Amino acid sequence: MTHRSIHHAALLANPWNLPANASAHGPALDHHLLLNLWIALALLTLAHLILLIGILVRRRDAGPAPSAVWRIEYLPLAALAILFAALTVRAERLWADARYTGADPAALQVEVTGMQFAWYFHYPGSDATFGTTAPQFVAPGEGNPVGIDPTDPHSPDDFVTSELVLPANREVDLRLRAQDVIHGFSIPEMRLKQNAIPGQTVHIHFTPTIPGTYAILCTQLCGTGHFRMNANLRVLSPADFITWLASKQKAATP
Amino acid sequence: MAATITPIDSERDRKRRLEDHDHGSGRRPPNDKNDKRTGGGDDGDNWNNRPQGRRGPREKLGRYRLAIFFALAGDLMFFIAIVSAFFVSQASGRYDAYNNYINQWLPTTVPPILWLNTATLIISSATIEIARRRMFQETHAMEEWLGIGKPTSKRAIPWLTATIVLGLLFLTGQWLAWNQLHLQRVFMRTNPSSHFFFLITGVHAVHLFLGIAALMAALIGLYRSRQLENRQILVDCSAWYWHSMGIFWLFLFTLLAFFQ
Amino acid sequence: MTPQPGTPISNPSAIIPKRARRVFTTDHHTIGIQYLILALVSVIIGTTLSLHMRIHLSWPQLNIERILPGSYLAIMTVHGTIMLFFVLTTAPQSGFGNLILPAQIGARRMALPLINALSFWLTALALVILCSSAFTDAGSPLSGWTAYPPLSAVASAGPGQGLGLDLWLFSIAIFGIAATMSSINTLVTIIRFRCEGMTWDRLPLTVWGWFTAALLSILAFSVLLAALVLLFCDRHAGTSFFIPTGNLVNGVIHSTSHPGNGSPLLWLHLFWFFGHPEVYIAILPGMGLTSMILANFSRRRVFAYRTMITTTLLIGLLGILVWGHHMFVAGLSPFATSAFSISSIAIAIPASAKVISWLATTWRSRPHYTTPMLFALGFVSLFITGGLTGPILAQPILDQYLHNTFFVVAHFHLIMAMSGIFGLFAATYYWFPLITATTTKPGRLMSEALGRWHFWTTLIGAYATFIPMHLTGLAGEPRHYSQLAGIPNAAGQLIANLRPLNSFITHAAIFLACAQIFFLVNLVKSLKNGAVAPQNPWHATTLEWHPSLATNSTVAASNEKIAVYRSPCEYMGPEPESFLTQWDTDSPIHSNRE
Repeated sequence: MTHRSIHHAALLANPWNLPANASAHGPALDHHLLLNLWIALALLTLAHLILLIGILVRRRDAGPAPSAVWRIEYLPLAALAILFAALTVRAERLWADARYTGADPAALQVEVTGMQFAWYFHYPGSDATFGTTAPQFVAPGEGNPVGIDPTDPHSPDDFVTSELVLPANREVDLRLRAQDVIHGFSIPEMRLKQNAIPGQTVHIHFTPTIPGTYAILCTQLCGTGHFRMNANLRVLSPADFITWLASKQKAATP
Repeated sequence: MAATITPIDSERDRKRRLEDHDHGSGRRPPNDKNDKRTGGGDDGDNWNNRPQGRRGPREKLGRYRLAIFFALAGDLMFFIAIVSAFFVSQASGRYDAYNNYINQWLPTTVPPILWLNTATLIISSATIEIARRRMFQETHAMEEWLGIGKPTSKRAIPWLTATIVLGLLFLTGQWLAWNQLHLQRVFMRTNPSSHFFFLITGVHAVHLFLGIAALMAALIGLYRSRQLENRQILVDCSAWYWHSMGIFWLFLFTLLAFFQ
Repeated sequence: MTPQPGTPISNPSAIIPKRARRVFTTDHHTIGIQYLILALVSVIIGTTLSLHMRIHLSWPQLNIERILPGSYLAIMTVHGTIMLFFVLTTAPQSGFGNLILPAQIGARRMALPLINALSFWLTALALVILCSSAFTDAGSPLSGWTAYPPLSAVASAGPGQGLGLDLWLFSIAIFGIAATMSSINTLVTIIRFRCEGMTWDRLPLTVWGWFTAALLSILAFSVLLAALVLLFCDRHAGTSFFIPTGNLVNGVIHSTSHPGNGSPLLWLHLFWFFGHPEVYIAILPGMGLTSMILANFSRRRVFAYRTMITTTLLIGLLGILVWGHHMFVAGLSPFATSAFSISSIAIAIPASAKVISWLATTWRSRPHYTTPMLFALGFVSLFITGGLTGPILAQPILDQYLHNTFFVVAHFHLIMAMSGIFGLFAATYYWFPLITATTTKPGRLMSEALGRWHFWTTLIGAYATFIPMHLTGLAGEPRHYSQLAGIPNAAGQLIANLRPLNSFITHAAIFLACAQIFFLVNLVKSLKNGAVAPQNPWHATTLEWHPSLATNSTVAASNEKIAVYRSPCEYMGPEPESFLTQWDTDSPIHSNRE
């Protein structure tokens, strides 16, 4: 009973059912999304009202005169065109902010590799340079699921995790790769989604703001285990992150 | 039973169109002199002034030509898609693990025999055009329609046969070209450029097989079909198809020879 | 049966058994009905599969996957492929196109009967091949109707990606060839067979829908065929058009022995160049029919007729320029993404123009609420609801959140599947007399009472099923998940929160499917015992109701010259109703209906 009332209260506070946002770019995106949804709902209501009044209120005549085509057809159409143009401009500006430029050079670098059916996160270690990876070195049984070249001097301090751990309020630059088929890298709470494509490296960058544990999903059909291909994103406070990094570093360096 | 379901089906009831001077051997056939006077009168697009059923001798021919035109438009899109993929593949490289830019496109040298094949195909286009024009020569077409022998068909058969032979020669030439490449250890799977070389020549060859089938159907039609109009349509449509395959080949060959 | 008097007896194919002649006919009316039967069989299969998926998601403890062969994803692939190709492309374009199109332009047959028959039998063959994939060892492919490589290019990428996917490839290739042939037939018929006086601006909007859809088919299916050939070579000829170098699938490295520049994105470009026009092929005939039915029962002219023609063509043109909006987060360059976003939102303009014209046509008309009219109004409603989420998804920054969630599933099911199927229902109820009429039997009407029940339950079911999907999508639920329980990590909680809504969706989907029983009962009942339809029962103005173009017209009438003197939908004055059919020479007919 209490559970249900909590659910109802949540529905009132968040009628569109969006999950909480924990990223820096999220508030602007959410604002634009909600604006779009309310406009769509308003237009939906308006069009249905016109339709219902139109078919229920009697005044049978020959219909609107063809000469009224400018007033009835093109005027509302122009208004709609302006509305859609305005929304497009807003959306394109947000898109340009998110994607037209790369990450800050000081951003934390993590390489994300998708494979049937797991995500792996490759940290460059203390030398801040990724060891090279190649498919012939892939050996999940020997603890090398992403195929780091052991002969590369940059490799020894690298470490690979199965959960993504990030510090809050620092920009992160993800390099998305896929080993076998196309995967979709998505973190709903970070308002983020980008496909990982075999043979390519795609960069995306974002800044997590609120510490917590969030779901990383696969959103591109990748085979029978698609539904269970997910991982956790753990956002830590900067101090906690340094501790975590140090412990991983220690384990990696012999 | 189908016939009773729709007795209005005008194709099956073989109703004679007396207004089109059909006295048993089909309507007045199109010929090379009534090119400009189509549409059952001197009207252009004025449908209000154009009685149904009298759309001139070129009505049926025009219909089939339009159909083959749309089919070829679709086919053009098919080749455009493949050629776009060709350019995309050619331009795309990748960075390997050591950050070297790698583009594995190694241009496939076109075997010289392809020049000979191209010439064969151009000649075959000329022979099919001669066959096509002979089907429409006014005096012969009128004679044939009136039942005085089959002069148009007789005069077209040798040229049609020549086209079939040239087409087969072209395909043999293509097969030889593939063999030459195989001897040089160039196979379809060798590299991106050879993928496209074999793919493009292959799908074009499949189209030519269809073209040869159409020419053979036309040849059989010249012997078997009773209406001159149908014989003309068979030859005409396969000729347009053949011409298009020739033009497509010229573009594809230019692509393979000069744009690798 | 004895031949009708006046029937030509000298049939050249008299040697062929009668039964075979009835089945392998080149008669456009019979072929149209054959297409509709094929689509009906397909839609029953497709609906069963979708119910199977919903029940599997909501009640996994029932172990429903024992009933049908193949995994959830295989069933999803076949559901998508069947619904899109064999129902939404086949029924409006080839089914009703064959049945109604010739008569609407004043012709007595299609231009290329043999091609027409061949195209139907190829379509049937394609359906059989597709269904046969379910009975191979590993079942149907699981890569969805979009078949993205390398999942579709490497046989070891999953069960069903071997022989199952090969069968899928063949099926779609054959379907594409058949659809192209059918479209050529449609185009030639419209261009060459219009009767006297049937100028382009007098063509009914349904014909414009068929015309534009046929043009799109010819452009789109050829490109799909090219993509299928490339994929086939990747699978069997050792090429790497779509397989990148060093592709490691299931522990085996592909395409190192024959290195290539293969890019999976090339497939996405080629596929969506086909795929986006394809969805307009499915919906354009329905849009045209909706315009005509709204005008017919409102007893009005279609408002802004020329604008409606222009927007039909414009939607077709824009439809081939927007394929990139399926690839916003798929690795397309962000600048190309912006360009595709603008062209996609531009489609909202002609689509809105259509909606405004529909609203203006019915505005304060107090129309006759017949079943076809109800379904046309339902089409408008679903088109608005599904359409308004289109511009949202066309904005890349929002697609970055919504892509491949149930929000997208809701969007395309409302605007394409539900609108499309409402168009088909409207067509069936409206043209039923023409479908059922034969030379010996009169046409029949479907039951209006059952029709009304069918409409209201279907409308409620459609909204109840697909509106909540927007909410689960906004909450982040991705598509293509074969189970919602037992998901590890934080994702498990995210999806588990949505189980009540998902359970509601499943109930609604079952309700929606059950509502179709009204239709099936109505169909079976009315075929034999429906009310005998009068000549022109709906007081329509278009030529398919011309007495001597009707299927049951006499042989003598079949020689009558058909000519057209005016635009469709010339309704004038309130009561008594008066209207001019397209073939009326002058004075209006005064009817005393009601």
